[in-house]
Amino acid sequence: MHKGNFDINMNNLSKIEGHADLDIKVEGNKVTDVKLRITENKRFFTNAVRGKPAIATHQLVSRICGTCSIAHLTCCIEAVEKAYHHVPSYQTLMLRHLSLYGLNIRDHAMHLYLFCLPDLFGKDSLLDFADEGYEHDLVHKAFDVKAAGNKLSTIVAGRAVHAMYPVPGNFVRIPKKEDLKAVAVDLKKVRAYALEFVDIFYKCNFEFKEQEPEYIAIKNDDFSYLGDQLCSTRNYCIPEEQFANHLTRNVIPYSQALGFKFEGKTYIVGALARMNLNGGSLHRKTREDVGSAFRVFPSDNIYHNNLAQAIEIVNCVDRSLDIIEELEPKERKSPVLKLEKDSEGVAAIEAPRGTLYYHLKINKLGQVTYANLVIPTAQNQISMEKNVARLVEQNLYEGKRKREIQYEIEKLIRAYDPCMSCATHFLRVNWL
Amino acid sequence: MQKKLAIGWFTFTCCEDSSILFVELLNEHYFEWKKLIEFRHCKMLKSINQFGPFDVAFVEGAISSDKERKKLEKIKHISKYLVAIGECACTGFPSAQRNNFSAELQKEIKPLIKKFHLLEKVHPLESFVKVDERVPGCPMDPNVFLKTLDNCLKKFKVI
Repeated sequence: MHKGNFDINMNNLSKIEGHADLDIKVEGNKVTDVKLRITENKRFFTNAVRGKPAIATHQLVSRICGTCSIAHLTCCIEAVEKAYHHVPSYQTLMLRHLSLYGLNIRDHAMHLYLFCLPDLFGKDSLLDFADEGYEHDLVHKAFDVKAAGNKLSTIVAGRAVHAMYPVPGNFVRIPKKEDLKAVAVDLKKVRAYALEFVDIFYKCNFEFKEQEPEYIAIKNDDFSYLGDQLCSTRNYCIPEEQFANHLTRNVIPYSQALGFKFEGKTYIVGALARMNLNGGSLHRKTREDVGSAFRVFPSDNIYHNNLAQAIEIVNCVDRSLDIIEELEPKERKSPVLKLEKDSEGVAAIEAPRGTLYYHLKINKLGQVTYANLVIPTAQNQISMEKNVARLVEQNLYEGKRKREIQYEIEKLIRAYDPCMSCATHFLRVNWL
Repeated sequence: MQKKLAIGWFTFTCCEDSSILFVELLNEHYFEWKKLIEFRHCKMLKSINQFGPFDVAFVEGAISSDKERKKLEKIKHISKYLVAIGECACTGFPSAQRNNFSAELQKEIKPLIKKFHLLEKVHPLESFVKVDERVPGCPMDPNVFLKTLDNCLKKFKVI
């Protein structure tokens, strides 16, 4: 066992999205301080959107995050539609579902196969996988799954990053049925690969249990990423517009991001939360084919966030195939959105990393006057810090060396799938 | 033995959209690039990174703090060729949007600029270092990137 006092300083954590440092202070085998410093420099998006036309704001907020851009864009569009009291058509909703399924397939695949898979094989990077045999085959399959998600988003939304087609009330270009059918061929091909990865993450024996488990996600009956009601695993549900009223913002002075508590308690959002809350509403075929992996949930093992993402990829494929089969896309004219008086709109969606919340106020001229955003990584930050402290103490007790402990810390943080680009751009000026 | 292009991939103030696009280009090009490129520093792909020397440094993002400026200058110093990736690196925008804020908004964000030691203005890379080539776009134009990479592979006689 380690003796005495020492510090662990990890600069620029790797294989996550964005920049973060971690400082840990150990005194007499007790962790006395953990600081997860999200070091992305702020770009002041909530200030920048003020005065901008509401119906075009989604293109600006898309630039908050490269990897989650479709989630920001969609949540913003929903908040604008609510402010304008516009109810989107069935076709628009289906295209929105498809673009979010494409996003989640691509984004989860990047996180699982590029960032996490090397940990399971005791390697530093996918680049270290063998150039032939099983490992080589897996790398091929990983890129094929990722490419299918990318293609789905591209056909439906214009591109996988900063999509051009979605707008309030419509998609300005409607995909052709034959293009959707071509994507369906790719999705059917990679489904088997996605199931193979579910099995790999199911057999992974990494374990770290949350001690004060509370998980929050949008509750729905189709395991999609849209819905009006947020629920906690403590059997507590609220309409999406009330979500922010239940949050306490925690200023984290050393970080460029905020932390959040729900009803004063630490909580977790993301795929693990979704599986714990909505696992029963997975697509029937997904549930049947993922087999025993489905029965792992509900789970308090943080590493099961990876398994949950792996299962979600299969669910996204199955849901997308159903929509593609059924949808007969038709060109639609975009609605003319007008306001007679000042208004506001609130929307919550499930981004790949968890619940994303937008509250916009719009004046009668159609300009944004106020924006408040709550993003997934900020909601998980307090849990991450608490669990890193516990992990370090456990590892010290087991006699692990500093270098081994650092590796374990990175692995645990990666399991949360944090996105630092998102986390930093919402500080409001009144916290100082 | 196949000569490889030693590259570093870095990001500063941005949304990392071009890095994501680069990771998406791997879907098609991974096995080809693995033979031709040594990813000496690429934080998205590996934990054990080597800080130079590089034939080519690909740098995404604008510069918004003195700390970033110093790191960019170090990257330039250990790289033979520097490519600006994406619109923020090429022009500063959209990360430089605060440069154009109204006086009222500037006043609001001032305490944060001070607290986090950010620069008064956000800059493109060329404000501080010589940029050899640019891949503009938000995110970067993938075809321009592929052409630029091809140029680099030829310039350093890898192909």
